Amino acid sequence: MTGTDFRLEADMAQEPIELILFRQLSSSLAIPVFLVDANGDLAYLNEAAEQLLGVRLDEIDEMPFAEWTTAFTARNEGGHGTDVDSLPLVRAIRDRRPAHGPLTITGGDGVERRIEITAFPLEGGRGRFIGAVAMFWETAADA
Amino acid sequence: MKVTFWGTRGSLASAGPETVRYGGNTACVQVTGSDGTCIVLDAGTGIRRLGAALSRDLTRVDILLTHLHMDHIQGLGFFDPLFRPGLEVHIWGPPSATQDLRTRLSRYLSPPLFPIRLRDADSDVHFHNAPDVPVSIGGLEVCGAEIVHPGPTVGYRVRDGAATFAYLSDHEPALTGDLDRRDGTRWTSGADIAAGVDLLVHDVQYSPDERAERIGWGHSSSLEAAAFARLVGARRLAAFHHDPGHDDAAVDRIVAETAAAVPEIGVFGAREGETVHL
Repeated sequence: MTGTDFRLEADMAQEPIELILFRQLSSSLAIPVFLVDANGDLAYLNEAAEQLLGVRLDEIDEMPFAEWTTAFTARNEGGHGTDVDSLPLVRAIRDRRPAHGPLTITGGDGVERRIEITAFPLEGGRGRFIGAVAMFWETAADA
Repeated sequence: MKVTFWGTRGSLASAGPETVRYGGNTACVQVTGSDGTCIVLDAGTGIRRLGAALSRDLTRVDILLTHLHMDHIQGLGFFDPLFRPGLEVHIWGPPSATQDLRTRLSRYLSPPLFPIRLRDADSDVHFHNAPDVPVSIGGLEVCGAEIVHPGPTVGYRVRDGAATFAYLSDHEPALTGDLDRRDGTRWTSGADIAAGVDLLVHDVQYSPDERAERIGWGHSSSLEAAAFARLVGARRLAAFHHDPGHDDAAVDRIVAETAAAVPEIGVFGAREGETVHL
């Protein structure tokens, strides 16, 4: 029997407790929060992030790593397309250390926004990598 | 598998005529497998009587600590088998990012808080992090998982053949969201280890009114425990971790509230000395 067998028996796939608690905290924050799991797939975004990214969590059943890293047409300060590997959240996942940077994105609602992103990895109590979080700050709205 | 309650009280031992039916000793539950394997969940003050009752022929005992709050470790120094030469004592507990289990327990089991040091125990003591994948202890299969309670805390799931049992003595799952949710248990603390168990021993410390004034203290109300049991599909629910300020009549009321909320689940109040067969 593996550690996940009893989850499968009951069809209940529970997230790690640290991710559960971070999601709960995020749901009460006004600052936009984008939370990914250990695979880099979107686990949660709070209401402020929904507004900033122009998407609704309820409407996107899931958003795997390969999808969110290209979904928002990220561009750097020079207006050029940004490599996926240079996105702060991708760096936090890959390098397991905090990362920060400015970006211009086009949300799911078609609105272009300039934002600052701070991302950091989440390591659980057993020293396991359980995911990463990005917090956004809108620096100016492009009219 | 047999589950025997040696201590059902939470927070502080509360001996007295007003608590004789449910008992005043703090958390300690013995699980005996069908092959005779003995594990002990938590080392509250109830473990003293358990230690005196254990057979001297026993060669190994495993003590699984949910967390290191005093009401869960205070009896450890009074657990007679700890001082039996030749006995293997395995102590399991929640992992910490900074100190190992022995070091953390020694903060209590050493002067000035306790006269005897842990290293002076005559038995052969081993320390382990609570397993986060199923491991075999004798004929029992045991798995732990971190759950919501202040400080590192785990709950345990025990299997003996087809029988399953979960022990979440101190748990505040309501902090992680709506327990009446219809969208599954992905975001509910403790959901995996408690899924579909034959018996769930769960924190039911408060009435709903008391709980409203103690959010974040790490415990559940009658209605929250009932909702959690329903969400995970438990077949029976033992209300546990009775508040030290509650007399037997108050515990009766809280157990009745819990049972009324989930009539499809067999609810009872855990009583010191009671054994449940699974």
